[in-house]
Amino acid sequence: MTTTIRAAATPPRTGAPRAGSRPFGLARHSLSLAGRSLIKTLRTPEQLLDVTLQPIIFVVIFVYLLGGAISGSQHAYLEFLLPAIMVQTVLFASIATGVSLNTDVEKGVFDRFRSLPIARSAPLVGSVVGDLVRFVVCIAVLFAFGYAIGFRIGTDPLSTLAACLLTIAFAFAVSWIGVLLGVLMRSPGAVQGTAFLLLFPLTFGTNMMVPTDTLPGWLQWWVGVNPVADVMEAARGLIIGGPVAGPVTRSLLWTVAIIAVFAPLAVRAYRRRA
Amino acid sequence: MSYAFEAEGLVKRFGTTTALAGIDLAARRGTVLGVLGPNGAGKTTAVRILATLLRPDSGRATVGGHDVVRDAGQVRRLIGLTGQYASVDEDLTGTQNLVLIGRLLDLSRRDARARAAELLAWFDLTDAAGRPAKTYSGGMRRRLDLAASLVGRPDVIYLDEPTTGLDPAKREEMWGVVRSLVDDGSTVLLTTQYLDEADALADEISVIDHGRVIAHGTPGELKRIAGSQTIVVRPTEPERIGEVADILRAGTGAEPELPRPGLLTVPVENDATFTAVVRRLDEAGIGVVELALRLPSLDEVFFTLTGHGAEEPTEVAA
Repeated sequence: MTTTIRAAATPPRTGAPRAGSRPFGLARHSLSLAGRSLIKTLRTPEQLLDVTLQPIIFVVIFVYLLGGAISGSQHAYLEFLLPAIMVQTVLFASIATGVSLNTDVEKGVFDRFRSLPIARSAPLVGSVVGDLVRFVVCIAVLFAFGYAIGFRIGTDPLSTLAACLLTIAFAFAVSWIGVLLGVLMRSPGAVQGTAFLLLFPLTFGTNMMVPTDTLPGWLQWWVGVNPVADVMEAARGLIIGGPVAGPVTRSLLWTVAIIAVFAPLAVRAYRRRA
Repeated sequence: MSYAFEAEGLVKRFGTTTALAGIDLAARRGTVLGVLGPNGAGKTTAVRILATLLRPDSGRATVGGHDVVRDAGQVRRLIGLTGQYASVDEDLTGTQNLVLIGRLLDLSRRDARARAAELLAWFDLTDAAGRPAKTYSGGMRRRLDLAASLVGRPDVIYLDEPTTGLDPAKREEMWGVVRSLVDDGSTVLLTTQYLDEADALADEISVIDHGRVIAHGTPGELKRIAGSQTIVVRPTEPERIGEVADILRAGTGAEPELPRPGLLTVPVENDATFTAVVRRLDEAGIGVVELALRLPSLDEVFFTLTGHGAEEPTEVAA
């Protein structure tokens, strides 16, 4: 193709009005940037493969390998396992936020954003909000697969929806930890590695696979203080039935607390990153 | 005199490395300031401070009268940044990149689309508008980067080494773009490692080395500091080299040198001398395979100014 720029002509300056300031800047700018994350996800759907296939593989392994031994019946174990796997899956998916953010910083895309008259936090909020779509996709795939192999909700659709929303809210909070790592660390690989290292004890150190009372004492203590165990307990209660009020309250408190601590930390680290 | 941007005594350290040791930079409205220096001289650090991406450890800088630290928001409304460090999103198409920036600059969806189309057309990227930027060639990437910095019609445009890595034709093209931006009233800060680029585009040049301004002036003044230009002639018929030497001696009043067999060089004071020499060679019917008026290289400028060459391997990544 020819690449002669009409250099004699002046660059177009007339036409659209000059950039002005309108209200609700942070919300609008964050949504524009969330749209960008969404475009990227849709353009490379293979990025969703790991987070959608991984829970299916986990379900297959755990249910058919261990289900008979743990619960006496594979079907009963599927009921027990699936809500917790949902929580784990969505948490793993939240790592991607920090990883892609780190890539943006490395490649200089964020410097472009930082040179624009928008709130410093807008690119971070945009990334986190844009990734909510990934969570929804993960949950949809997991439930579809679960239904195919015989899973049925034991409560009602509204409670199930509430479980999904609670899980997404908690993952939204956790993705701020990912954002903090994404801003602080030197490479996308390091972010991924560190985040998984944190998430493994948090997700597996729970009653996800076996009831808490079968665990050794020190592990029971860990499950007791582990916020992910609360979210799994809440999701389980809301989807297949069981105690709800306590775990849901604790999950919401954790969600708020994590956001309150890590969102400001992430924004601060981002401001300082030169 | 009204300055579009002004920096005084900027100091920036990264750990034990001093990237800027107190530099002053300023450009009058509607002019190009060339910031000339080797890798690691502190060019990018200075641009990043003026673009509000970095805070100086000391010193101050203003753009359009607004302080880059205290009034960063205002400054960001006035500037456009293109450089190694301000990049477009490779997964997004040309149009999507520009529309996103338009939206972030509070243009309506329609205006953002119109502005994107206008800029893509101007940079001859309309055919590639719907393709992800990662499929673009190097030259196209540069043009999209530059287009992205122009979405908000900035008064002040920072171009951080806009032609590094481009082939000569693409460089000329980029120069044309810079000239038309200035014709249009923008003020440009251009960093470069090439004296000929600064010479071609800048109204004034600040030469920096090790985080300090070591010379400042118009291109003409700097060239005078750095020593004269050189005429280089290689005649088609090597046996006529004696005649060529006579013409050069007569035209310049200086003694030509013979750095390689068949090639003569002689220093000249002004461009008119070159024209006269060309005419006399033509009158004498001497054909040439090489005939050029060569500027002193950045290396030579540096050697004159600092006593050391321009190659400093310590790049300060900032």
